[in-house]
Amino acid sequence: MATTSWQPSQLQRERDAYRRSRTRRSWLIALASTAIVVTVAVLVVRSSSGWDRTRDSFFDFRTGWHDLPDLLRALWTNVKIMLVSEAFILVFAAIIAILRTLRGPVFFPIRFVCAAYVDIFRGLPLLIVLFLVGFGIPSLRLQGGPTSEFTLCVIALTLTYTAYVAEVFRAGIESVHPSQAASARALGLTYAQSMRYVIFPQAVRRVLPPLLNDFVSLQKDTSLVSILGVAEIVLTATNEVSQDFKFVHYVMAALIFVALTIPLTRLTDWVSRRQGWVGGGAIR
Amino acid sequence: MTLSNAPPVLHITGLRKAYKDTLVLDNFNLSAREHSCTALIGASGSGKSTLLRCIDLLETVDDGVIELDGEDITDPRVKADRVRTRIGIVFQAFNLFPHLRVIDNVTLAPRRVHKLPRAQAEEEALALLDRVGLREKARARPDELSGGQQQRVAIARALANKPRLMLFDEVTSALDPELVGEVLALIRELKSDGMTMLLATHEMSFAREVADRVCFLDGGRVVEEGPPEQVLADPREPRTRQFLRRIIDAGRL
Repeated sequence: MATTSWQPSQLQRERDAYRRSRTRRSWLIALASTAIVVTVAVLVVRSSSGWDRTRDSFFDFRTGWHDLPDLLRALWTNVKIMLVSEAFILVFAAIIAILRTLRGPVFFPIRFVCAAYVDIFRGLPLLIVLFLVGFGIPSLRLQGGPTSEFTLCVIALTLTYTAYVAEVFRAGIESVHPSQAASARALGLTYAQSMRYVIFPQAVRRVLPPLLNDFVSLQKDTSLVSILGVAEIVLTATNEVSQDFKFVHYVMAALIFVALTIPLTRLTDWVSRRQGWVGGGAIR
Repeated sequence: MTLSNAPPVLHITGLRKAYKDTLVLDNFNLSAREHSCTALIGASGSGKSTLLRCIDLLETVDDGVIELDGEDITDPRVKADRVRTRIGIVFQAFNLFPHLRVIDNVTLAPRRVHKLPRAQAEEEALALLDRVGLREKARARPDELSGGQQQRVAIARALANKPRLMLFDEVTSALDPELVGEVLALIRELKSDGMTMLLATHEMSFAREVADRVCFLDGGRVVEEGPPEQVLADPREPRTRQFLRRIIDAGRL
């Protein structure tokens, strides 16, 4: 339509100018307050009596940079553990979540086992699971049982995280309105089919943010496997610290973890927005 | 009648609203006197809903002025929340809050916005629910009500703010035919109480009965306006005629 020929009225130009000036003002306030907080924080830290010693140990980025390749090589172990575990977790968690939605007395044993598993492994600290799996399973000396630390770590992480993620999936499944299941069954789809094609896809979309939350958490918890002597990033950093007593290696490891998670979060936000999964526009 | 120099409750001049390349309201003008009931008719996409959303400041207008009791509410310095408390709006899909009981839906604004004590808010809410015939449903959840009942609760909820102006956005379109009547009866009652109303509707016979004035919207403008008997029975504009013919063919007049 004739959108191009339209010229805003004098009044509208004034309104637009006012809104722009408000936006500018908010930006200035935000920038100024950020600058003040950062300055104060820097001043407080630098004026502390132990600052010089701390700086030499924690912020000796020359040393940190020099040993960075070792950390990055070790990081690959973390990434492998995470990806393999996550694949198992997503599959098992989805199965458990769906099994828990089954109704009827026939399925009671299945529901009971799933519920018991989730209750137990959500309550157990990951560190204890790592110890139990890491030392317990090898001590059984099972024929053909897992012996490599890598496999044991994946088992421990999968056991713990499947319990969390199953609950996330279950919350998602239950948040889909019953009318959706009714419409699917009305079309002649079986329970399994309506779960597979109608309910579960909607559930996954809704729980994508908490799912990512657990994914990021898993990524960080791969550092705990260092207690089983797996040469991953934190163990490597610890070894380096014990050689030169520079804590900068931990700082570098921390930066690597953060650098890994932030893009993942932004990616998920972007995907949700693009798919229109996030609710409509805000009202001022 | 009222003082002739009092400003109209609603006065819209030169309103413009576009979404990207789609021009929805184009140099739109409309005025509503106190106690008047204006019916907005027109095809889907003619801008009826957008107009109501602009009036309630749920959309930012691109140009033009909307005055409520003589105050320019499109001025960016105006506090939109305060303006909205003076306007009640009822939506096609009811939009009740499903996690709150009927009574809590109605008392939400009085208690949180107007800071009324709970007892007083509930007393007033019960009176409103009584008026819409749903006092005994006060403790029910919205899901337990029929569509017509939900819409009556939505009207009670809008009335709880004691609005100057009520906006109805095709409030019967999502209802079963047998439930339409109870909602329309309520609107009819509000009209006789003197509430100033804007009514986007597809119910032509109802518009003819309750409205003082009918406006036919097309292409983002009022193409024809006048008393219902004239616009609906003897329209001058070809586009109005065409629209009404389609409505009659669909058996809705």
